[in-house]
Amino acid sequence: MLDILKRIAANLSTDAHFWSIRLVDETTQDHEVRNDVVQPFRTGRDRGAMVIVHSDGGAAYAATSDVSPAGLQAALDIATARARASAAYSLINFAAVPVMPGRGEYASASIGVDLPERAAWLDMLGRECAGAALGEKIVERAASVQIGQSTHSYLSSDGAQIEQRFRFLMPNVRVTAHADGDTQVRSLAGSHALQQGGIDILEHMEFSGAGRRLAEEALQLLAAPNCPTGMRDLLLMPDQMILQIHESIGHPLELDRILGDERNFAGWSFVTPDMFGSYRYGSELLNVTFDPEAVGEAASYAFDDDGTRAEKQHLIRNGMLERPLGGALSQARSGMAGVANSRASSWNRAPIDRMANLNIEPGTSSLAEMIGGIEQGILMRSNVSWSIDDLRNKFQFGCEFGQLIENGQLTEVVKNPNYRGISASFWRSLAAVGDASTFRTLGTPYCGKGEPTQVVRVGHAAPACVFKAVEVFGGGV
Amino acid sequence: MNRTSIDWDRHFTVLADEIVRLREPGEEILCSLSAEQSDFIRFNSAKVRQIGAVQQGRLTVRLISGERHAYATLTLTGSTEPDLAEVARTLLILRDSLRDTGDDPHLLFDRSSWQRTTFRTGRLPHADALVRTVVECATGLDFVGFYAGGTIIEGFASSTGSRGWYQVSNFNFSWSLYDPNGRAIKTSYAGDDWDDALFARKVEEAAKRLEYFAKAPKVLTPGQYRTYFAPAAMNELIGMIAYRGFSAREQAAGRSPLCKLNSGALNLDQRVSLTEDLDLGLTPAFNEDGYLRESVSLLTQGRGVGQLTSARSAREYGLQTNGAHAHEMATSLAMAGGELPEAEVLAALGTGLYVGNLWYLNVSDRTQCRLTGMTRFATFWVEDGQICSPVDAMRFDDSLYRLLGSEVEHLTDTPELLLEDSTWGQRRTGGMKLPGMIARSFALTS
Repeated sequence: MLDILKRIAANLSTDAHFWSIRLVDETTQDHEVRNDVVQPFRTGRDRGAMVIVHSDGGAAYAATSDVSPAGLQAALDIATARARASAAYSLINFAAVPVMPGRGEYASASIGVDLPERAAWLDMLGRECAGAALGEKIVERAASVQIGQSTHSYLSSDGAQIEQRFRFLMPNVRVTAHADGDTQVRSLAGSHALQQGGIDILEHMEFSGAGRRLAEEALQLLAAPNCPTGMRDLLLMPDQMILQIHESIGHPLELDRILGDERNFAGWSFVTPDMFGSYRYGSELLNVTFDPEAVGEAASYAFDDDGTRAEKQHLIRNGMLERPLGGALSQARSGMAGVANSRASSWNRAPIDRMANLNIEPGTSSLAEMIGGIEQGILMRSNVSWSIDDLRNKFQFGCEFGQLIENGQLTEVVKNPNYRGISASFWRSLAAVGDASTFRTLGTPYCGKGEPTQVVRVGHAAPACVFKAVEVFGGGV
Repeated sequence: MNRTSIDWDRHFTVLADEIVRLREPGEEILCSLSAEQSDFIRFNSAKVRQIGAVQQGRLTVRLISGERHAYATLTLTGSTEPDLAEVARTLLILRDSLRDTGDDPHLLFDRSSWQRTTFRTGRLPHADALVRTVVECATGLDFVGFYAGGTIIEGFASSTGSRGWYQVSNFNFSWSLYDPNGRAIKTSYAGDDWDDALFARKVEEAAKRLEYFAKAPKVLTPGQYRTYFAPAAMNELIGMIAYRGFSAREQAAGRSPLCKLNSGALNLDQRVSLTEDLDLGLTPAFNEDGYLRESVSLLTQGRGVGQLTSARSAREYGLQTNGAHAHEMATSLAMAGGELPEAEVLAALGTGLYVGNLWYLNVSDRTQCRLTGMTRFATFWVEDGQICSPVDAMRFDDSLYRLLGSEVEHLTDTPELLLEDSTWGQRRTGGMKLPGMIARSFALTS
């Protein structure tokens, strides 16, 4: 695709001092079996290009689904004219912003290995769906997989030439139990089982047997009491940790947000530029990395959508805040070091600072040690509800599944477990970080931000973690 | 977008005619188009942060053969030759996929033939001129905002002869004015007839309201507070139940947060009535299954009386479809107004909270329709009918059954039209028409 784009670009004309073209060609396939009924096959192909122009100190973009030479020239003309017309009113002097002439390729692990045909997928999905049929209280059973393949090609007037090929798999199983006016749902990794790669993702996500396992847990929850109210030590499993990282570390560290770009929509941040290098974000056990090099994680890549080469960086080391999530443009605006995280959801949206792979590094505690060290606590897994203020500080999160911990032992299962906290103090209560045996790599395709709004795929990997004295509560009026 | 526009109506007709021509005996085909030509401009610190234009069109083709069917979605270039070739290729893929597919016992689509057209042009600002106007009006203010404007298109065609076309040109501009302490007033201006003077006046009025932030904020402790919810705040509350509350499928699976209401186990206040109101003209009156959409009474005098039933749910659960989309979300909700004139809101509130906006809502207990979220933007403490001081963002966790039930004291008499401002993937149609509400109590938690 890069060669085609290069041939077209050779005949485009503009007198702007910088232009780039980012072409995205993505196909998706959805397979699903619901209540033993094969759902209709859905496939999609989304293809288009975004042209970005810097001229006279201004910048503008034009996105088009017409990727013919004439379509791209028209987009280039629009972006050039608009960059000039708005230059006098631009927040940023784009003439002083460095651009990244990256060159290279990237491909997801095992992208060349064929995946099963539809019939084989339907067999696998059908088995999980059937396995969840554990009686009349199970009112809905669904097993699905979404497969996405995407090629991103990037060219710029200063010589950038990048082609990146991705393959994503997102399996899911969701079981709904209902009786006596109550409903409980269990899902595979809280519906966050997204990775790059091949069929081995199913094994990593413990897909086989998930139908029966989740149905048993849904029935268990249906018979369980509500989560009690009070202060307890909180053991979060990886499929809730990823949400905790995402909302109360990832978003507040986005540099464009800190610089105020998102104040009309997604919000601002309790983190201010002066905190980097001196602010204690969490306990000494907290180590957070931006890691686009992680093999198989959902947002692994070699270059971001501005053409900057991507590499692993610590954002928080031993609890101290080091570095924001800011791409080349935000780094130029703020004078701060950042990461290669300028990303767009697709060809029709402009790059902004996004999370990519944002991980918590494993610690040294086994799961048994963490449970054994809790006198009065609760284990929670699989996110179901999330809400946080516009500064990304006050949060309330809920999980599908809770289990009390009393005197170092897992005891009663409880339903509707929720907890509240404040980001600025919550991470300082981090008391134990699980070792590699508790570590899981997950992800979501639904990280929302920006105006116009964009949803991008992000990866999160985390061990199980313990937080001291957290306010927990359950359902009911 | 300042370029030769694609004639999507003509282009869609050409493609749909070709698709019908290519069908084989025993096949039916449904086609849906979503397209836009939009200008997007972001502002920060009263300057242009990001400016651009997006032109896109997506066609979904659904091939039905007997009781089997499959879907394919593709982007369109807007040019006849390449798009016809892509459509032909897509049909082959779909035909091939049906070989692996058994009969679908829940397949249902409309086989009748109808024609519907909505075409509304607008007077929209030119992007270059708009930038100048905004920067002039926002000078001296910490202005951060987003303009989205242009043409939105939804189309439908079926091999049974139905054709639907919905094309509107409009804009939606929201902006926030921040004070030095980080508190903000959010305002929006939406419509299809842009007026520089009206925009300037709205900015000026919002700037005057910043004066309320000059006073020290009132610190609230967790507890119950008498509260007025402005229509924009009601939009967030009602938006939560619009998402899944009225879905026939979600109700059948027990996942709707309104299950108790729909089963008749409880009722809301008698003044609460909600309708999925297609007469508002905010959204196409047809769906992707080929059905014409109907207005549906969902809540009448506090009782659950209807649900949004897609064709698929209708066949699965033995119901009648009412033209609901496959996602069964409400897209054009209207709530009946009450008796309280807007000018009397503060006097009627007396002492309590004035909530201008809510933020980041989610369900904290599905069974009890309990919602959590935050206050945001213009939230004030009111005493004796006068705005006294700002209130810093507070978390709430309360049941909508309670808020729209025992706690309803007043609904304002003139519901406000709030156009959908979502731009996920593409600018969206739809909206809500909602009154403000005074609740006797509202549970703040932290």
